[in-house]
Amino acid sequence: MKPLGNRDFDSRRTGSSADEAVPPVRKRHSAPGNLKWRRLLDRIAEKTIFSFAMAAIAIIVLIFVYVGREALPLLWENSEGATVAATFSPPFTWQPVSGVPKYNVLPLLLGTFKVTLIAMLIATPLALAAALFTAEFAPPAAREWIKPAIELLAGIPSVVIGFFVLIVLASWLQAVFGFDFRLNALTAGIGLGLAVIPIIYTISEDALTAVPRSYREASLALGASKTQTAVQVVFPAAMPGIAAALVLGFGRAIGETMIVLLVSGNAATFSLSLADPVRTMSATVASELGEVVFGSGHYRILFFIGTLLFLITSVLNWLGDRFNRNLRARLFGSA
Amino acid sequence: MSKSFDRTFVALTLLATVIIVAMLGIILGNIVYEGTARLSWEFLSAAPRDGMRAGGIFPAIYGTVLLVLLMSIAAVPFGVVVAIYFAEYARTESRLYRWTRMAINNLAGVPSIVFGLFGLGFFIQTIGRGIDQAFYSGRLLYCQPSLIWAAMTMALLTLPVVIITVEESLRSVPRDYREASLALGATRLQTIFKVVLPQAWSGVMTGAILAISRGAGEVAPVLFAGAAYFLPLLPTHPTHQFMHMGYHVYVLSTQSPDVEASKPILYSTVLVLLVLTFLLNVTAIIIRNRMRQWMNR
Repeated sequence: MKPLGNRDFDSRRTGSSADEAVPPVRKRHSAPGNLKWRRLLDRIAEKTIFSFAMAAIAIIVLIFVYVGREALPLLWENSEGATVAATFSPPFTWQPVSGVPKYNVLPLLLGTFKVTLIAMLIATPLALAAALFTAEFAPPAAREWIKPAIELLAGIPSVVIGFFVLIVLASWLQAVFGFDFRLNALTAGIGLGLAVIPIIYTISEDALTAVPRSYREASLALGASKTQTAVQVVFPAAMPGIAAALVLGFGRAIGETMIVLLVSGNAATFSLSLADPVRTMSATVASELGEVVFGSGHYRILFFIGTLLFLITSVLNWLGDRFNRNLRARLFGSA
Repeated sequence: MSKSFDRTFVALTLLATVIIVAMLGIILGNIVYEGTARLSWEFLSAAPRDGMRAGGIFPAIYGTVLLVLLMSIAAVPFGVVVAIYFAEYARTESRLYRWTRMAINNLAGVPSIVFGLFGLGFFIQTIGRGIDQAFYSGRLLYCQPSLIWAAMTMALLTLPVVIITVEESLRSVPRDYREASLALGATRLQTIFKVVLPQAWSGVMTGAILAISRGAGEVAPVLFAGAAYFLPLLPTHPTHQFMHMGYHVYVLSTQSPDVEASKPILYSTVLVLLVLTFLLNVTAIIIRNRMRQWMNR
């Protein structure tokens, strides 16, 4: 065994040394030979738990690999014009079920980013301001219920938010803005914003409250006002956590399916207008996978879109994770 | 000057908070107001009639509960065992642990629609086809969307939630407890089951409840894994299709022949779904707060 080094404690070693150090004294109710049996059981249990964990890891790896594998034949096969090249070359249309299928995913990418951007533009200022209020300005009694209330918003299933936007909000928005299409990019963006607000709020509020009280006390003692302290001391100190909140909110918005499926209008237009219907990548998969032939070109393209979603959200999650670790390193000196 | 700026700034952040809470209030108020008009015992206990314009949603409630039940049976014990491995056995500095933890964190953020893709391609088309060919000489039984595959897909989706919450709660049990137990001659297994797990029980419950509430509200993964618009019979076999509340809302609000006529039913279905997920969430939040108070004491 290697020396312990600077690690002060390792549960595994302590565990085994404790086993070896079991004194020969037996409790009254334990039968002779019990110890041996218990040790055997312990070893079997450890192996079982270990293999369960490995099975879980295997499944995770399988998901990573499988979704991509189903899309992979696109690289060398060409069934009905479905190739990776076709997904990015003109014509810029998504018409998978026509005489000559057109599989360009750029309208879907554009639609996804358009809707996500609107959602972020709406959600970010609201959620960050509310987080600042809750963490810095609200009286403690109000704080007790504001946070759970906003977290309840996170608990609303996305299909319910989509339903509300479809039945109620879309008509209001149309009446206010006079849209030609009742369901369009802005409606979808607002609906998506509702789903993203609690995520950005919760993570950034956690980051703000994690800032040690001494920061605030030092700032206030130097004569700064509460607002100055919040904006110029606490907020910058919590910056990595805020960045994590934005990145994770963005990731959630990109992959969210039911809201955009219900309220985006689902037309794959190649347009920048906010008042046009859009179709996102997730909604495309959701609405087309049900009718697709197993193993066909269209099927593979849908898996290709799934792989794109997977990769984009993975990168965002990884970034969010890193930001959060930076925050902890910054505030507490260790990751 | 700066004082008035301060006040405006605080007022603005207050305004943002009020807007968010008001939106929550409007959504809930609208659904409760419109939803209760139609709610009755018949609605909860009868099957739909007249092309979804009358009757109830019992089969959808039944299907959702059954799905969530099967999902938890698969996800919760498995997730708890993996969490035990992470918190009690794995070396946190090892590469295996760090990579796996990262993968699980990542999996928790992967869009649910990707799980739907995986469920269709892997469970139905690969495993299901394999079972059919091996045991039923190619007769179509498992190689089609069904309750069992939907539950498996959901279980994968909620697995990271269970693992992360349970691991956290296991880690919150003070190390002294383990040391004391081991010093008294208990094996690691005994320590885990008799000392650590009872202490972390509320965390395990929170994990399970959060997973269940997520599972009850998710629709995207079951879109092509076995949810059906209407079924005359309740599912009795794992290979049967099932009705699902969230899916019911989705289909009824997009493909109903007469949206105005089905609106009351739709609202009541949404209300039932909402009440179900909220009860689960509130329970989880209460347990979590209790746990925090208990830990701070």
